[in-house]
Amino acid sequence: MDMRFSPEELAFRDEVREFIANNYPHELKGARRGEMSKEDILKWHRVLYKKGWVVPHWPVEYGGTGWTITQRYIWNEENARAETTPLLPFGLSMVGPVIYTFGNEEQKKRFLPGILSGDDWWCQGYSEPGSGSDLASLRTKAVREGDHYIVNGSKTWTTLAQHADWMFCLVRTDPDAKQQEGISFLLIDMKTPGITVRPIITMDGSHEVNEVFLEDVKVPAENLIGEENKGWTYAKFLLGNERSGIAGVARSKKAIERLKKLANAELLDGEPLMKTDEFSRKVAELEIDLSALEVTELRTLAAESKGRGPGPEASILKIKGTEIQQRITELAVEAVGNYALVEAPRLEVTGNEFVPGPEGSQGVAQDYFNMRKTSIYGGSNEIQHNIIAKMVLGL
Amino acid sequence: MDFSFTEEQTLLRNTVQSLLQDKYDFETRRKVSKTAEGWRPEIWAQFAELGLLAAPFSEEMGGLGGGAIENMIIMEEFGRHLVVEPYLETVVIAGGFLREGGTPAQQEAHIPGIIGGETIWTFAYAEPQGRYNLADLKTTAKKDGSGYTINGYKAVVIGAPWAQKLIVTARTSGGQRDRDGVSVFIVDKSAPGISTRDYPTVDGRRASEITFENVKVEADALIGQEGKGLPLVEKITDQAIAALSAEATGCMKELNTATVEYCKTRKQFGVPIGKFQVLQHRMVDMFMAYEQSVSMTYMVNLKLEEGDAERTKAAAGAKVQIGKAGRFVGQQAVQLHGGMGMTDELNVGHYFKRLTMIDTQFGNIDYQLKRYSEAA
Repeated sequence: MDMRFSPEELAFRDEVREFIANNYPHELKGARRGEMSKEDILKWHRVLYKKGWVVPHWPVEYGGTGWTITQRYIWNEENARAETTPLLPFGLSMVGPVIYTFGNEEQKKRFLPGILSGDDWWCQGYSEPGSGSDLASLRTKAVREGDHYIVNGSKTWTTLAQHADWMFCLVRTDPDAKQQEGISFLLIDMKTPGITVRPIITMDGSHEVNEVFLEDVKVPAENLIGEENKGWTYAKFLLGNERSGIAGVARSKKAIERLKKLANAELLDGEPLMKTDEFSRKVAELEIDLSALEVTELRTLAAESKGRGPGPEASILKIKGTEIQQRITELAVEAVGNYALVEAPRLEVTGNEFVPGPEGSQGVAQDYFNMRKTSIYGGSNEIQHNIIAKMVLGL
Repeated sequence: MDFSFTEEQTLLRNTVQSLLQDKYDFETRRKVSKTAEGWRPEIWAQFAELGLLAAPFSEEMGGLGGGAIENMIIMEEFGRHLVVEPYLETVVIAGGFLREGGTPAQQEAHIPGIIGGETIWTFAYAEPQGRYNLADLKTTAKKDGSGYTINGYKAVVIGAPWAQKLIVTARTSGGQRDRDGVSVFIVDKSAPGISTRDYPTVDGRRASEITFENVKVEADALIGQEGKGLPLVEKITDQAIAALSAEATGCMKELNTATVEYCKTRKQFGVPIGKFQVLQHRMVDMFMAYEQSVSMTYMVNLKLEEGDAERTKAAAGAKVQIGKAGRFVGQQAVQLHGGMGMTDELNVGHYFKRLTMIDTQFGNIDYQLKRYSEAA
């Protein structure tokens, strides 16, 4: 057992750290994704694409870097440390691996380049108004007519669909089969007639998610991934990938640093709040939780590098990771005190430009409200408990 | 021992309920909070017309002769409808200062305007360096002829964009955090030397940062004794906490009702999600959190006239209870509503936001825990 990095790994760390320092678009520093334009969100992606580092987790033949799992871990850590814009997962981590694992040669040639370059923006057509935690109950249907499918239905909570060129979509192709067995995995061009995207504004004032309505949308049969009615297999494969990135340890470390800065600036009876027993203990508890999660994640990664997992244990990462992320934002609201009330501008909010309060306090309450989504999305935390109970404990 | 309401009190609750059911549906509230003004003066006029603004004042002052329980009833119903209009600031707080600390002349000059709905007041007490310590004041009031000159800065003054009158705390003597030397003044918001910058708050209200630069007030602007204002400020903020507790129980009540209803109708895996035991127990915990909050709300409202130590414990205890319960009920109501709970179009998120902000007002859980343990 050894948790330390080797000299080679340390050299690698220095190399990527320097690369990020020299190449991260400086105008993006400190920007929040909720306030960024489409082009801004893609800037860092395009830099990494040019360097050949946009998909370290892919096999080399499709554009991966060939890094070890430890190197990938270091890479993520360094990105969080520098607070780079997180790359969008929809193409790179979700549909990309599905396409190179289950797609045919034609599909790989057609779709992978756009995913890598960032020219194609993808969104995820999974949830429906009636199908949240019970995803397999989805009702959007696709009927084969000649060399096309005709798709009808609606999807919801579709993140950043307002910018999307493509959607990977779960559709029901056999209404008579058992729930999981009649589902197919279709790639849909968002410019196809019959698609309407309606924004959903969340309580923090952001426009991240959307409803997508599909009315007699004609999708070429060649956009079907794998076999008809086998889509659930691909969907589950994708969800497994979604879960493994969800712990967010490195980014939470950075967020705790920011929290400490806030609590050091805030005074209570003339003393920094961070120096008070109540608050410093809460931050300490949070850091300890995060250390435990970090090592749990490293253990999962180590198992993965030996070809095992990520099994249902990945649900631990989702539950604990999101609890920690939420707790950090909760403590930031506490730290800021009265100024937590101030509303910071978001895309859809009134034209408020005056945002008083100490540095770093702007929008802390909105971040807290926004982060409540994390225990709901990607399989709610209740569902993750069910997965562990059933798959790990055998209950 | 009697926890029942009088006939008049029940009538008051019915009056508030029917007005709000009629005029304060969620969609209207949501639209109004997005307008430039952010509130409805016409609904304020109706509050006045129905006597709500007169409720806690004695009959000699032109009021209805009620008190804390009347405020509690009104604030609970306001909580259920997420009312943004500044009843707390105008009637409970400014009204409280005038009632408890004002001279007959001050009462005569100002209370009719509150009761009649003509004057909006707010409470400018917080300062950037002070967090929740009511005595931590850099704002000063210096004796100047027969009056005073005020200089300083007040943070996050809720309702200030709508107000004409301010209750301002300022230091007339002593060090920055001394208990002695705090004075309370009535100040016209339009007085020369006052500048404000307004902004929206996350719970759909409006607030201002206020700068005082050589603002002159007359001697009759002082409420209570010069330099001895802190006990009065503490008493009135405890009354505000009692009212906020009631508002919080109103918010929780609505969230619990909505959540139970949603879990009965939302189906996943072929059954209503309310059939899942883990969610049932969660909702039972939410229900208990609400009931405990109601109890603490009654207690603090019944103990506002006790001695300082007893009152402090009741107010701090209630604030801790509603802080914890509000966080739990708010977070879980969102969680159990799933993605829908995250949206701006459903009321659930708005109650959650308000409950979160109630905790940050007048001292959060940690602050009040400490205050409680020091008073105990």
